Amino acid sequence: MIIALIYASIFVIAFIAVRLVSRLMTARKDFTSLKTVTFGDESAVSPDRAATVISVLGIFLIWGAFTGSAIAPIHVPGPFIGDTSFTYTARNPDGQRDRADVAIRVHVVGEDVEAPELAGGDEGFAKNDSAKVAAWRSGLVRVRRNDEGGREDGYEVVQVNGQSIAPGESVAVDDGTVSMTAKGTLSFEPEKGWQMEKIWLPAPEDVWSRLVEIASDGYRNFTLIEHLGWSLIRVIAGFALGSLVGIPLGYAMGLSNFFRGWFDPIVEFMRPVPPLALIPLVIIWFGIDETGKIILLFLAALWIMTIASRAGVSGVNITKIHAAYSLGASKWQIMRHVIVPNSLPEIFTGARVAMGVCWGTVVAAELVAAEKGAGQMIVAASKFQLTDIVIMGIILIGIIGYGIDILMRRAERFLVPWKGRS
Amino acid sequence: MDGLVIDDVSMRFELPNGSHVQALQNVSLNIASGELMSVLGPSGCGKTTFLNIIAGFLAPTAGKVELNGSAVSGPASERGMVFQQGALFEWMNVRDNVAFGPSMKKMAKSESAGIVDHLLETVGLQDFKDKAVYELSGGMQQRVALARCLANDPDVILMDEPLGALDALTREKMQGLVLKLWKETGKTIILITHSVEEALLLGERLLVMAPRPGRIHKEYRLPFADMGVGADLREVKKMDGYSETREEILTMIWDMEEEIMGRAETEQ
Repeated sequence: MIIALIYASIFVIAFIAVRLVSRLMTARKDFTSLKTVTFGDESAVSPDRAATVISVLGIFLIWGAFTGSAIAPIHVPGPFIGDTSFTYTARNPDGQRDRADVAIRVHVVGEDVEAPELAGGDEGFAKNDSAKVAAWRSGLVRVRRNDEGGREDGYEVVQVNGQSIAPGESVAVDDGTVSMTAKGTLSFEPEKGWQMEKIWLPAPEDVWSRLVEIASDGYRNFTLIEHLGWSLIRVIAGFALGSLVGIPLGYAMGLSNFFRGWFDPIVEFMRPVPPLALIPLVIIWFGIDETGKIILLFLAALWIMTIASRAGVSGVNITKIHAAYSLGASKWQIMRHVIVPNSLPEIFTGARVAMGVCWGTVVAAELVAAEKGAGQMIVAASKFQLTDIVIMGIILIGIIGYGIDILMRRAERFLVPWKGRS
Repeated sequence: MDGLVIDDVSMRFELPNGSHVQALQNVSLNIASGELMSVLGPSGCGKTTFLNIIAGFLAPTAGKVELNGSAVSGPASERGMVFQQGALFEWMNVRDNVAFGPSMKKMAKSESAGIVDHLLETVGLQDFKDKAVYELSGGMQQRVALARCLANDPDVILMDEPLGALDALTREKMQGLVLKLWKETGKTIILITHSVEEALLLGERLLVMAPRPGRIHKEYRLPFADMGVGADLREVKKMDGYSETREEILTMIWDMEEEIMGRAETEQ
């Protein structure tokens, strides 16, 4: 909630700043700058690169600020670390009261520290105590243990810092909260601040150093390249098989009544079934090794490619077919020189969708069961609360998915430059 | 016999609701080799159906079409067709579009290259051979379409409103080009148009068709096409008889349109 508000305020500030700066800078001298009507004119809208840069920086800034990262110039308040103290008042069975101090040392998780030394004399039956607590954790402070008569029935702690306390209640003290358990033991919880603990959200540089480490040492018997490479190989194999069967099937459905009638119910039924829903069946039938995954991806790509190539065939302008016949082309020549090239733009659109779906499906399938792969890597890491590997995996999966789409778009521009131009 | 014979052709479309449309009724016509004929008529008079039957895309429900003595049973390269738009192949450049017909006949590239170059020069596109067709203007695209049709050396060229999508100035230039190609190649040309002026300029014979049922209403033999070859078409329009014939045909078509409207109202 706080993060959402901070993000919104960064957005608003950046918006105003970019508007101001671009107004101060010399006006662009292109055709768009002369347009008086730009609101509602889609062609006049282009991404503001300053906004893009600020957007990416903003995400890293928030991430860094909330994890105490070295890359962020400012941080939100971190957890309290250092020494603090509070006093408690105890009452013995005789009704006498005595105060004593408790010194607390709050330390970084995993660090080995000594509890603070007790200083000064201590009169009365309640004796001073010391304890150490790790940041973001809480610790029991058994103040009665060293008190005279502290183990007798009727001896109880009644106040903390002068405020009365009873089992189940808590009292705010300097740098933390003291609460009393049902059994009457005190528990100290230091101030957590706003920063996230490493096991929930590691800092960007931690994720980066983990990436460097895994890239050279590997994780769970496989290097990073192997994990990602296997996922990619599965996607490419599944997609290639799906296209190999799906494209001819789509052509047949687009050109023949019988094929259209025969395959229509199958395709229309399978199309809305999400490939993820097939994972359990594929595991039952083919197990968790490569065959099962490739068959799953084959099924994910198949229907998309079938429908895309069927649409490509149906989309051919009848005028072009007529023209080709009038120019003396045979059926086979029309297939080869008119129908196939005319359907390529649709097939490429389908291929882009299919690659995206396959990439998502392979990660999901690896989450369920695999020995290696991007999804297996992050699910294995999550079981050991290795959040940095999980985040690194998610980022890599995103980058690869984006990379696949860019490559497909490049290929499309190169191979079917006439797309959308007829 | 030589030329195109349309013998008592009728075309009846059965509609799903049980009724039917008589698109053509007993149309008979002889078109000699090398004739330029324009066809005019209000929408729904069966012009395009008429052309599609000659092209072989539709089989008539009665009657037959013969070209040079052999019956027409389907599309073939002897009857070339030029469409209004959208018939070029975007995945081929200008040269490959024009060479499409020859290459379908497995003509060697070296052989077809000469034909293609010559035709592109005739239509004035010699400098655009390697352009993609979608980079060309509408008028240039129609020049490619004309060249592509001619590259196949057809006996008859069927034109379905070939200039209908062009702006007025380009259209006038293209009319001159059609006349030039007609004279130079000596092809039989049947041209469908919505424009009375175009029909007058590009028709040795002008066929006016009437709707419901589609039939030949009246036929003219006109001198303007011959005059127009290589001449300024605006001068042709000043010739004796031009504006009178235009007015006569316009009145005829307006009357038909009004009759259709009137009939539609009484049917309601």
